[in-house]
Amino acid sequence: MTTGQTPALRLQEISKSFPGVQALSDVSLTVERGEIRALVGENGAGKSTLIKILSGAYIADAGHIELFGEAVAHPTPAGMIAKGLAVIYQELAQAPHLTVAENIFLGQLPRRGLRIDWATARAESRRVMDRLGFDIDPAARVQDLSVAKRQMVEIAKAMVRDARIIVLDEPSAVLAQAEIDQLFAIVRQLAREHGVAFVYISHRLGEVFALSDTVTVLRDGKAVHDGRSADLDPRALIRLMVGREMGDVYPRRTPRIGEVVLQTDRLSDRDLLRDASITLRKGEIVGLFGLSGAGRSELLRTVFGAASRSGGGVQLFGAPADVRTPRQGIASGLGLLPEDRKTQGLFLIQSVGFNIVAASLRRIALRGFISPERERAAVNEQIQQLRVKTPSAEVQVQGLSGGNQQKCLFARQVAAGCRVLLADEPTRGVDVGAKREIYDLLVELASTRDLAVLMASSELPEVLGLCDRLYVMREGRVVKELGARQTSEEEVMSYAALH
Amino acid sequence: MRLSTEHVLPSKLSLPRGAGLWIALLILAIASSLVSPHFLNPANLLNVLRQVALYGILGVGMTFVILARWIDLSVGSVVAFSGVLGARLLQLGYPIPTVVACSLAVGSLIGAFNGLGVSIWHVPAFIMTLGTMVMTRGFDLMVARGGPVDPGPAAERFFWLGGGYLLRVPTPIYVFAAVCLVSHVVLSHTTFGRTIYAVGSNEEAARLSGINIAFTNFSVFVIGSFLAALSGLIFLSRLSVGDPNSGNGLELEAITIAVIGGTSLSGGEGSVVGAVGGAMILAIIANVLNLAGVTTFSQQVVKGAIIILAVLLEAARSRRA
Repeated sequence: MTTGQTPALRLQEISKSFPGVQALSDVSLTVERGEIRALVGENGAGKSTLIKILSGAYIADAGHIELFGEAVAHPTPAGMIAKGLAVIYQELAQAPHLTVAENIFLGQLPRRGLRIDWATARAESRRVMDRLGFDIDPAARVQDLSVAKRQMVEIAKAMVRDARIIVLDEPSAVLAQAEIDQLFAIVRQLAREHGVAFVYISHRLGEVFALSDTVTVLRDGKAVHDGRSADLDPRALIRLMVGREMGDVYPRRTPRIGEVVLQTDRLSDRDLLRDASITLRKGEIVGLFGLSGAGRSELLRTVFGAASRSGGGVQLFGAPADVRTPRQGIASGLGLLPEDRKTQGLFLIQSVGFNIVAASLRRIALRGFISPERERAAVNEQIQQLRVKTPSAEVQVQGLSGGNQQKCLFARQVAAGCRVLLADEPTRGVDVGAKREIYDLLVELASTRDLAVLMASSELPEVLGLCDRLYVMREGRVVKELGARQTSEEEVMSYAALH
Repeated sequence: MRLSTEHVLPSKLSLPRGAGLWIALLILAIASSLVSPHFLNPANLLNVLRQVALYGILGVGMTFVILARWIDLSVGSVVAFSGVLGARLLQLGYPIPTVVACSLAVGSLIGAFNGLGVSIWHVPAFIMTLGTMVMTRGFDLMVARGGPVDPGPAAERFFWLGGGYLLRVPTPIYVFAAVCLVSHVVLSHTTFGRTIYAVGSNEEAARLSGINIAFTNFSVFVIGSFLAALSGLIFLSRLSVGDPNSGNGLELEAITIAVIGGTSLSGGEGSVVGAVGGAMILAIIANVLNLAGVTTFSQQVVKGAIIILAVLLEAARSRRA
């Protein structure tokens, strides 16, 4: 067999169905050595199912898998790893209390007799890190590393295991721009110099063009496009993903801006936030941009009362407000859309209705007893107004798509009487079509309901496209206020990154 | 080469949630009536119901605690202490209402201590309640001075609570019914009940939704311990003596009832109705083993196995979800 010519990975006519759903039908995909292939598609298009089949977690109903020209008869997770495939998931499977070296060698620590050979483990880790150009101490604990560095640890782990095909499942969803740039450099280096084949899954179309050589588009479980990335432009790619022409990505609007509703004066918290002063007016959408660790979430959480402040003041609707708990925040007309939908926002195992009224229990109750009529009315009103797509209010919220889950969280704030919405990464992890819906929703809330929206985001195009003004944060401080129409990505980045 | 084909199950039989429990109960009842002709004897059934009431109260209390994704290991000790304290106070001649109020208050205080430990000092519930389990057993032995406490002749009327009949039905069943009704209303129809489910399914989301999570966490321990104390009083009046060594292992019984009843150990899922079913299953199994002449030693083996089985079934169910 002339191994130099066979592709690293070949999937042929993979099909998979679950009760009631044809998740994949006849999907084929080939990745050559050294190729970086983007895999894109809306949520529910079948990307995750395909990756799970590739990793051996699911068994396909039909189809072939070939790695380096060799057919894989019975894929199992351990077998695929042994054949040189590594999947790096968005939610990293790491042991946070262990060191970098321990994580890298997890399950296969070098031994000398019965004892673990720590010296070799550390030296080996160091060698791999050096080869990859990572600046990570093998003795550091994983929990003390940034998300970007943790991702690098996973890549190092894949290299130690001699992985020749690496699947990256939405790595950038949790990374800031500078970290993404670093990750991309590493991916390119591994592909070009070491011949590693990559499958790169992302919701961010800019990245697809920046990084990938080729792209496969999945839609409704079928591969609808397979070609060179350079032959497409973003609009064509979106059209392929959603199967229809999208209008402008960002809704147009003419804001009606009213009086000041929120003003912070030199707000600080105990660790990161320093003297942050911002102003927000009724009907306005204001962006909060910064790299990860800039203090965006901290500012929102401190205003809301979810994190304690160590100095400075907040004025709400023209009066000084002493918000110390989320309970007080909600009572004062604030609403927080938390950064991590699943761990901070949703009650995953509970119903859609339960999730919508969770912050407004008093409004649907009489003397502590929940009125079923009031609850139903409140839930139905929000489902209709925010256009939550759900079979009913009784189904578990975890069954909904990412975009609709996010709408449930919007609905919770609106139901609780929110007038100032603090939205932390409102479009994280939702697909292109749903993003547009969330933008529409934000605009609608701001214009027809006179809400003021303060939106933290790490996606610069989104901040520039949607917001009226924006504040740039860096190292816990608000360093610059800019008009979104009067600035450019370059100017914003020049304030966000180190001067 | 073709990949092996996974057998896709035909779409699951669409049963209402929790139906499995009642089907299991029905099968168990039929099997029991085949094992022993005495099972369906009305006197025996009432006896089974009395057991259901005694253990079911604990199971309902534990359901509150587990719904908020905690565990309370101290309830067995609270049952013993509440009984011994009640016996001692009766012996000293205090009127029955005072005795009942005292025992319930002390039980609630122990729950409050657990609640403080878990919700304010952030001690893991397992450790906190293990500590109070041992402490309470100590208080129990101190009050009992090491041996059984005879409540004395004045307590005759008190024994009616656990051993008597009303309209030919054992009185504890009425107490249990009242506990279930109130608990069900609290959990399903009040904002407080809603906060328990919220805190149990995602504490951070509950906090950010403006729910006072410390209060909710605190309250479930008080409720669990209050119901354990109530159960202790019923045990006392049934046995007519305060036994400081009683109640051992009852916490496991309570946890088993909750888990068989469909309460998820990871919190946020479960119901009073389920706990009733769980208590029935456990009581019928114990009863039929007795009827079949199985020794108490072998019964322990069976009970332990049931706990493991219940948790395994729960794990399988949550994997499917």
